[in-house]
Amino acid sequence: MPRNPMPMLLAALLTIALAACGKTEAPAVQADGTTELVVKIGAAAPLTGPQAHLGKDNENGTRMAIDDANAKGLTIGGRKAHFELFSEDDQSDPKTATIVAQKLVDEKVNGVIGHMNSGTSIPASRVYSDNGIVQISPSATAVAYTAQGFGTAFRVMANDGQQGRVLGEFAAVNLGAKKIAVIDDRTAYGQGLADEFIKSAQAHGAEIVAHEYTSDHAVDFTAVLTSIKGKQPDLLFFGGMDPQGVPMLKQLRALGVQAKFMMGDGGYTPELIRLAGTAAEGAYASLPGVPLAQMPGGKEFAQRYQAGFKQPIQLYAPYCYDAVNVMIAAMQKAGSADPAKYLPALTKSDYDGVTAKIAFDEKGDLKGGAITLYQVQHGKWQPLQTMGGASAPAAAH
Amino acid sequence: MSILLQQIVNGLVQGSVYALVALGYTMVYGILGLINFAHGEVVMVGAMVALMVVQLLITSALAPVLVLLIALLVAAMACMALGYGIERIAYRPLRNAPRLAPLITAIGMSIVLQNLAMMIWGREYHPFPALLPHSPHLLFGAIINDVQIIIVLVALAVMAGLLLLVHRTRLGRAMRAVAENPGAAMLMGVDVNRVISATFMLGSALAAVAGIMVSVNYGIVHYYMGFMLGLKAFTAAVLGGIGNLRGAMLGGLLLGLIESLGAGYIGDLSGGIFGSNYQDVFAFFVLIAVLVFRPSGLLGERVAERA
Repeated sequence: MPRNPMPMLLAALLTIALAACGKTEAPAVQADGTTELVVKIGAAAPLTGPQAHLGKDNENGTRMAIDDANAKGLTIGGRKAHFELFSEDDQSDPKTATIVAQKLVDEKVNGVIGHMNSGTSIPASRVYSDNGIVQISPSATAVAYTAQGFGTAFRVMANDGQQGRVLGEFAAVNLGAKKIAVIDDRTAYGQGLADEFIKSAQAHGAEIVAHEYTSDHAVDFTAVLTSIKGKQPDLLFFGGMDPQGVPMLKQLRALGVQAKFMMGDGGYTPELIRLAGTAAEGAYASLPGVPLAQMPGGKEFAQRYQAGFKQPIQLYAPYCYDAVNVMIAAMQKAGSADPAKYLPALTKSDYDGVTAKIAFDEKGDLKGGAITLYQVQHGKWQPLQTMGGASAPAAAH
Repeated sequence: MSILLQQIVNGLVQGSVYALVALGYTMVYGILGLINFAHGEVVMVGAMVALMVVQLLITSALAPVLVLLIALLVAAMACMALGYGIERIAYRPLRNAPRLAPLITAIGMSIVLQNLAMMIWGREYHPFPALLPHSPHLLFGAIINDVQIIIVLVALAVMAGLLLLVHRTRLGRAMRAVAENPGAAMLMGVDVNRVISATFMLGSALAAVAGIMVSVNYGIVHYYMGFMLGLKAFTAAVLGGIGNLRGAMLGGLLLGLIESLGAGYIGDLSGGIFGSNYQDVFAFFVLIAVLVFRPSGLLGERVAERA
């Protein structure tokens, strides 16, 4: 029993005030008498925590697509559509992801762009599936994401089965690594990618001399790196994201280990070079898709992004942009923003995006996804070669 | 052999950082019986402020070591002001409230500081310029660089300084008096509020030192860096006996060594059943064992029981 009713009263008032903030405006009546169709696009990515810089990049990409769509004044089923973004922070935490997913469901969004990580996309996909909401992840690459058979889960990026295979082959064959050490961050993404990498590297004749682990919150890796140093590998592969990749790379070199360093798409960021400095030189990473400069609309997209947000693209913004647009295109084709109605149109998508031509296979995976390998040369990511993918042009040096 | 030695060096360096941060936790706990969960965030603010100063002065003709000292001074003052502010806003009004209340405001303070830092300094990782020499030295096959040597020395020096302060100065005597019995201390003419403020400011200045050491060592600063560090340092403080300065030092060094040796050898020793993914589990397992068999920590709380 509260002795003083004031705090309770204040709390109640605050709740009402906050609730009022969240209320959406009534749809505006158009000149021709029809009401404007409000389409709610949900977005989920880590906006706080170690991967906040990547999550914000995703949000920016999504926002850019929505602003563009509103500027174009698109119509869906003859009604003028107004798109609204509902952006949520999943903290790259699987538990939070399901809470955020439920929040978006309660908000009655018409579709979700997200989540950013595999570890969050997978548990959230059940919530969306149970409520019949379409989910397109720009960047969840774990095989398990689309393997659940939900029918509502899509992605616009090649998965880790493809990526791990290419990375393992590149390490063992092209780089000639005989003894390989692997570290993964125990997330759905890092673990999945590392496992695929190991299978592929072993199939191509390399020996895995160590498999060590870390977490997606760690900053000190000297213990596992020292243990790895004792096994004298030619190459160290890290399945994880750049917040761990940068200190790992620096500590690896500080311990005097000269082994080659390789990551998946989680390492292909300008941050890796900016923060690791000279230690980054010679590091390898991959990214599903072709280099930005070779994407159909890549250059123009990068310029507009820079102009709009006053910073360069981190990683997945173009994929978010495409994910929104392929969703909107399906809504237009179906003449409805109702997920149940535009879902069939989405499965038959054939959309020329910024990143690639987007079409889905029966699981919801991107058809013919290409993987490009990059190396840091003279402080810049340079594309080495593009493997796989039907429409992938050969990378220029 | 050189690998084992390297793991011990790794553990000592990491442990010294834990110890520096743990000292801040333990000081506040010793006086107030309060766990200041915002302490990790104060470390982060210290690092951020230092980075701002360094960025301003890096282009000047000043020697790098001098730049770092100025940054340290500014960061320490900013953190002292912050520590004072945190105590005034979040803890003093709750001085006589049940113990759960200040614990909750402490966690709230930590979240507020994290989000403020995110708004001020952004979500991205900032590189911290290498102001101290990083040249590696070979020590019987193990590599240790200058920065790491400095970290260990600074941690030892800070602890020695704190012990002197607590046992040899008027302020120290007042702090011990307040820790023992605030009411009686007040009756004896000790300005309890001033002593508590001084404790917070001192702890926060230490946090600034720790923040700079971490930044120089890893070369990266981020608004989230204080969170995990704070948790580990708290663990270290409990391990050594929270409220006890020597205990914080011992706990920090032990935790560093346990993590390093645990992560480095558990995989090979257990034949691959356990891997380095048990690094944190290992550390917390030791913590649980200590709490079960020696609830007051390895060295125990030196502060007398409160009335």
